[in-house]
Amino acid sequence: MVIYTIYVVSKSGGLIFNHDHTISKIENEKTFSYPLDLKLKYENKRIIVEFGQRDGIRPGHVLYAVNGKEVTNCQIDDGQDVFEVLENKDQYPLTLKFGRPKMTTNEKIFLASMFYPLFAIASQLSPEPKCSGIEILEADTFKLYCFQTLTGVKMMAVADKNQSGVELLLKKIYELYADYALKNPFYSLEMPIRCELFETNLKSVLDVVEKSGVSSI
Amino acid sequence: MTIHNIYIFNKNGNLLYYHEWNRIKQTGMTRDEEAKLMYGMLFSIKSFVNKISPTDPKEGFLYYKTSKYTLHYFETLTGLKFVLTTDNNAQLVRELLQQIYNQVYVEYVVKNPLISLSEPIESEIFKIKLDALIRQSSIFISKAA
Repeated sequence: MVIYTIYVVSKSGGLIFNHDHTISKIENEKTFSYPLDLKLKYENKRIIVEFGQRDGIRPGHVLYAVNGKEVTNCQIDDGQDVFEVLENKDQYPLTLKFGRPKMTTNEKIFLASMFYPLFAIASQLSPEPKCSGIEILEADTFKLYCFQTLTGVKMMAVADKNQSGVELLLKKIYELYADYALKNPFYSLEMPIRCELFETNLKSVLDVVEKSGVSSI
Repeated sequence: MTIHNIYIFNKNGNLLYYHEWNRIKQTGMTRDEEAKLMYGMLFSIKSFVNKISPTDPKEGFLYYKTSKYTLHYFETLTGLKFVLTTDNNAQLVRELLQQIYNQVYVEYVVKNPLISLSEPIESEIFKIKLDALIRQSSIFISKAA
């Protein structure tokens, strides 16, 4: 049972706090011979697998390194173009490292603000009157819990599907937010939370919940 | 327990079929606009789920739950999307959606040469069979009854 990430989103939809609790890195390094049995393409400033799947490498994974040298944009660290290297028969065998794309802070901010309209539309499209927004969203790999406070701040947790008591955990996080962020005289509303006490307390609560369940907080 | 309504979209986001059983609140927009809003939301949720997922997703988005209703989502590999809204206690809705696809859509739409697969479904037999399947499912208990 695992809690992956915690997000706190302000009333206006901006990400004011996020914390990665357990994030497993998915990375695979393999030696390839010519011709390459994966189809790669350049998209959003990185090289991703478009088609083909083997040894844990799946479509959507990003090319991180060629022969141990890191790839930035479309170039290897020594200035060579990745696609030129990949098409050159003489360079093989090549060792390529692929991995699931890591989320950058910008992407997290983008995703947090993307949840805001989804939340609103879900309540608008409701077949029943007086309906709230999304409270739980389940996919095959995780479950996302969202708790909206009366003041419009959203506490969100991405957790394992079998993790129980996440609703109570979110209320506890709200309590921590009220105690350590809001009572901090240097914190201004709607701004990113940079309070050490909040973060350390949050971490310890997450650890306790993972180890011994919600009843012990 | 109750079933509110069903939407069927094709892979391009066109609304193929809509039916409602126990719907209390209307959105106040035309069916067409509502379908576009629904499809837009589902499309965004799909990409949201793909990005936020800690590991590689296979099926991706399954359902979301609000305080009053649950929206179940089932997408076939061909991009056909079935969306069913129920109350929060409904069980095994995914199986029902699969049945709708196997036993009603494939049998009475795909196997009917007179129906174009990209047009809204007008077939009377499809409507009757779908309605019958929903009404006999254990999830469907009308609030009026």
